[in-house]
Amino acid sequence: MAKLHVETTINGESTEILVDPQQSLLETLRDGLMLTGAKEGCNDGNCGACTVIMDGRTVNSCLVLGAEAQDADITTIEGLATPRGLHPLQQAFLENAALQCGICTPGFLISSKSLLDSNPNPSEEEVRFWLAGNLCRCTGYDKIVRAVLDAAKEMKAGN
Amino acid sequence: MHDFTVHHPQSLQETLILLDRFGDAAQLIAGGTALMNFMKQSLLLPEHIINLQRVQGLQHIQSTKDEVRIGAMVKHREIEKSNLIQNEVPILASTYRRVATIRIRNMATIGGGLAHADPAQDPPSTLVALNARIRIASISGERTISIMDLFQNYYENSLMPGEMITEVIIPSMHSDTKSTYLKFLPRTADDYATVSVSLIATLNENIVRDVRIGLGAVAPTPIRATIAEETLKGHAISDELIQQASNSVAQQVDPLDDFRGSADYKRDMAIVFTKRALQQVLQGPS
Repeated sequence: MAKLHVETTINGESTEILVDPQQSLLETLRDGLMLTGAKEGCNDGNCGACTVIMDGRTVNSCLVLGAEAQDADITTIEGLATPRGLHPLQQAFLENAALQCGICTPGFLISSKSLLDSNPNPSEEEVRFWLAGNLCRCTGYDKIVRAVLDAAKEMKAGN
Repeated sequence: MHDFTVHHPQSLQETLILLDRFGDAAQLIAGGTALMNFMKQSLLLPEHIINLQRVQGLQHIQSTKDEVRIGAMVKHREIEKSNLIQNEVPILASTYRRVATIRIRNMATIGGGLAHADPAQDPPSTLVALNARIRIASISGERTISIMDLFQNYYENSLMPGEMITEVIIPSMHSDTKSTYLKFLPRTADDYATVSVSLIATLNENIVRDVRIGLGAVAPTPIRATIAEETLKGHAISDELIQQASNSVAQQVDPLDDFRGSADYKRDMAIVFTKRALQQVLQGPS
């Protein structure tokens, strides 16, 4: 079957890609664009390791067709750091040791970014509600929650 | 996944023409959260995928004096966050807030979820208790059915080939109507319910004027606990009445054994959660 020509915006850059109709957005990112930050965990929408922001909302990229990325605006983990340094969330995850194996981390960072984009001053409960369903099998969640709260404070002070 | 052709219609008419042309060889994709998994597991192997994301006219949340209308492509998260829904049908906002994770709610749509016809999802029992109606379109016209007539069996809806859900219509709730959605969730926050109860009631002093009880995850379709409803209607609220009504749901449920519990356990929990919902709504602070 012919490949589809898809025009999309990824991390602020206009991108043209050829996708197989049955390719998921996750496969398109990882195999087509070599953006391997988003991870395949469960591949059925449960674990959140493949989370990306699509048109302002977090989605499981394993449940989106690559073909649906046409005209979309997508942010992946590769879009968080800038040449000036890490995103405050990434820095806070490092400082709080909020990761062990790291497979879930891109999903947590993207979900946390989307939380802070819409709610810059979340309570602990709001952080836990928002991140429920991003699964970590190593560390437990306390350090992750603390890191998000620290990053929120840091970003507020930085503004 | 298998190979297929993707179509991106812009209008309802264009969509219905594609559906008519391809019949059973086509599947609509709305949020994709169910369909993608069914295709990954080879449970569905459509030759054509018709993407509804760009179809105009399916994204509205509107209210009139008598009803609230929600377009089929409105996402779960939009229903949860809608001020209109929170004010006019609060149980619907709180029910959608309980579905899976924010990511899933950002993708899954009201129409797609209902067409999926999974009785363990949260919205069906609430929409059943709300007496929702489902608007359905095909190339040859439109029809509107009661939500009770949509669900046929596990993952089976009553749509004919060429038909699609376009809108969900919810009768307005009276301002003195009280409601609650209880989801028994013994495992994780993002799980399906082990048992769920949607309760809507109107009281006149101490008398139950009207009551509707929807139960989820306890039968091949969402069900109404009609025996309990009849037991309660027109009677004065008492502990005994609530116990009697709650006990009656055991006769109406038909749950499956699975890793969320045995059928016997779920039958017991249907009683327990019906009772809790009734206590909360009928005996709680007004």
